[in-house]
Amino acid sequence: MPTTAPSSEPSTASARGAGSLADVTGSDSALRRFLHGLPGVDAVGLEARAAALGTRSIKTTAKAYAIDLAISMIDLTTLEGADTPGKVRALAAKAVHPDPTDRTTPRTAAVCVYPDMARTAVAALAGSGVKVASVATAFPAGRAALDVKLADVRDAVAAGADEIDMVIDRGAFLSGRYLKVYEEIVAVKTECGPARLKVIFETGELSTYDNIRRASWLGMLAGADFIKTSTGKVATNATPANTLLMLEAVRDYREQTGVQIGVKPAGGIRTSKDAIKFLVLVNETAGEDWLDNRWFRFGASSLLNDLLMQRQKLSTGRYSGPDYVTVD
Amino acid sequence: MASTPAPASAFDYAPAPESRSVVDIAPSYGLFIDGEFTEAAGGKVFKTVSPSTEEVLSEVARAGAEDVDRAVKAARKAFEKWSALPGSERAKYLFRIARIIQERSRELAVLETLDNGKPIRETRDADLPLVAAHFFYYAGWADKLDHAGYGANPRPLGVAGQVIPWNFPLLMLAWKIAPALATGNTVVLKPAETTPLSALFFADVCRQAGLPRGVVNILTGYGDAGSALVGHPDVDKVAFTGSTAVGKAIARQIAGTDKRATLELGGKGANIVFDDAPVDQAVEGIVTGIFFNQGQVCCAGSRLLVQESVHDEVLHALKRRLTTLRLGDPLDKNTDIGAINSAEQLARITALTETGEAEGAERWTAPCELPSTGYWFAPTLFTGVTQAHTVARDEIFGPVLSVLTFRTPDEAVAKANNSQYGLSAGIWTEKGSRILAVANKLRAGVVWANTFNKFDPTSPFGGYKESGYGREGGRHGLEAYLDV
Repeated sequence: MPTTAPSSEPSTASARGAGSLADVTGSDSALRRFLHGLPGVDAVGLEARAAALGTRSIKTTAKAYAIDLAISMIDLTTLEGADTPGKVRALAAKAVHPDPTDRTTPRTAAVCVYPDMARTAVAALAGSGVKVASVATAFPAGRAALDVKLADVRDAVAAGADEIDMVIDRGAFLSGRYLKVYEEIVAVKTECGPARLKVIFETGELSTYDNIRRASWLGMLAGADFIKTSTGKVATNATPANTLLMLEAVRDYREQTGVQIGVKPAGGIRTSKDAIKFLVLVNETAGEDWLDNRWFRFGASSLLNDLLMQRQKLSTGRYSGPDYVTVD
Repeated sequence: MASTPAPASAFDYAPAPESRSVVDIAPSYGLFIDGEFTEAAGGKVFKTVSPSTEEVLSEVARAGAEDVDRAVKAARKAFEKWSALPGSERAKYLFRIARIIQERSRELAVLETLDNGKPIRETRDADLPLVAAHFFYYAGWADKLDHAGYGANPRPLGVAGQVIPWNFPLLMLAWKIAPALATGNTVVLKPAETTPLSALFFADVCRQAGLPRGVVNILTGYGDAGSALVGHPDVDKVAFTGSTAVGKAIARQIAGTDKRATLELGGKGANIVFDDAPVDQAVEGIVTGIFFNQGQVCCAGSRLLVQESVHDEVLHALKRRLTTLRLGDPLDKNTDIGAINSAEQLARITALTETGEAEGAERWTAPCELPSTGYWFAPTLFTGVTQAHTVARDEIFGPVLSVLTFRTPDEAVAKANNSQYGLSAGIWTEKGSRILAVANKLRAGVVWANTFNKFDPTSPFGGYKESGYGREGGRHGLEAYLDV
């Protein structure tokens, strides 16, 4: 996979280009000027485009490919207060062999757990190639002091987590303290060490598309490896429109800096049909370089079983049922 | 993947063709006069082909002056009873037609795509819903004409002679027939010679709805039939949508008579992108503006006026977007760009683009593979265009966008208005006050703000200058069929 691509038209980089990107994070006002200088988002147009791409008709070989790709992009997630080591081990087993009746089924990308479960997940997944992701930084509200958040991250990294999913301080963002949000992300990134950092915006709380675009750029400037829509814990989570918008942001960022950033919609994606619509968005917005679990993930748990049932349908020609996939 | 062809993607969408077996196409069709299909008096016929494959779809009767006379007489006779019906009775027929169109919309969408060459995505998602909406909308007006603002009991004009183009065959039929019938007129309609099939299907819909004989008559044929219809002494109202050249000929032909006329003619719409526009959505709007229906749209945004400061950025984003357009089989549900309607039209587009190159505009073509049969033209941009270039002035009526720049809002308005046409315009900016200020200065019948090519039956449509006169759609569309 190519990790970078040169900007094909460097002339577009002058106003918001690589040279000026370092300067914009120097002060709160410079950062605000930059973020508010990003092109606006027309909500009607954005949603119309997302809906139009949702009408692509994906059949036969393309569907089989998309289903396997989607399975390989799943961050199989359990984020409950009631999580136990047993539950996490069961999930890990499912991540490695999603469909015990068909060993050609791809593995999921990662298992996503709270930091205190990271060690259990790491042990269960040792040698499998499936990553362990952990939601640190006082997930999901993020309402804790910075040292508490950093300690949370340290804990998860020490337990062996390959990926850290952090939430941003939405309160600081909404009140315009962009530099505070930026500095927190930078601090967490430093704490991550070799682990990849996914920055969660909780787009449902950011409320406007303009805010989502600004948050995307803020996250990318601060060193996010992935930008992620939501925690899955609020009413509005991933939608085709907010994911399309974030895909535009990573596409534009790579054109201007050469750095590729991943995207992770999370929460509310339950059916194969929905997942395939998201893959169409990836394919036609950011491009095929993102059609890989290094650059695109689904934060989902119930999605996997629907993908498995669709996969069984494609191979047998018949629909099975919920008892033909595991409940873990 | 901007300049070199991309390697075959792992996520190539498999073909998803709509079945053409949902619609029956007869090997031959007659003229629809006085509720019956009949042969042309002269016995002449012509073939209609599918533009994407050049396959002959059917053979239809070619109307002559004698047929026109018969159809107008039938319409005149039917007018007595039809115009005397209470509005609520006429409404029932129109509602019935609207419902039948909805029920049979899949058949109609496939038929239109086969005969016209436009993608099934457009016939299914744009044309057919709008066709039904127009009949529903004017059905609602039929018993409320007293409240349309033209005084009590406004009277219909009589027999309407209607000539429609090939770019939106069924939608233009709906725009013409729905208000005419709602107001109590009867009609003789001539569809374009390259796209007669959906109008003939509509004749069947009229019979299915039990519409009285002679209220709607359909004459398939060429320009001579259209001219005979327009010039017929017993036609009270002429409604024409098509080229400016033919529109002028019609205006000359009926000058000095007491015929009323509405003419919807050509356009060269300006799509103005300011530096604070929502770039990604503006790019979508530019694409919709000029590549919808392969650019064969009279209100297409065929002149892109982009503020100099964002020219490179917008063009870069636009070219990137155009590389994802899917051109090919119009019946495939994933096709974005279908076929050009006819060999003649393709030749016209080709000639005009050659002129553009010869005059020094820079040509860029989207990397699409064109099928070997049928009439195809890849989406094309001309940059470095000035007001002096032919491609900035003449209507191309194809997927060809001319890109010009401006520096100030005044310059944008001056350039947008510097055209013999005035049908549509678009404004892209995040600043609401600028939308209102600029829209007020544009000499165009429709001005879209942060969108393009959006239609609705409640909204009047029509042009300034050589784009014609009269309005269709909305309450204004009633006036053209009432003696007021």
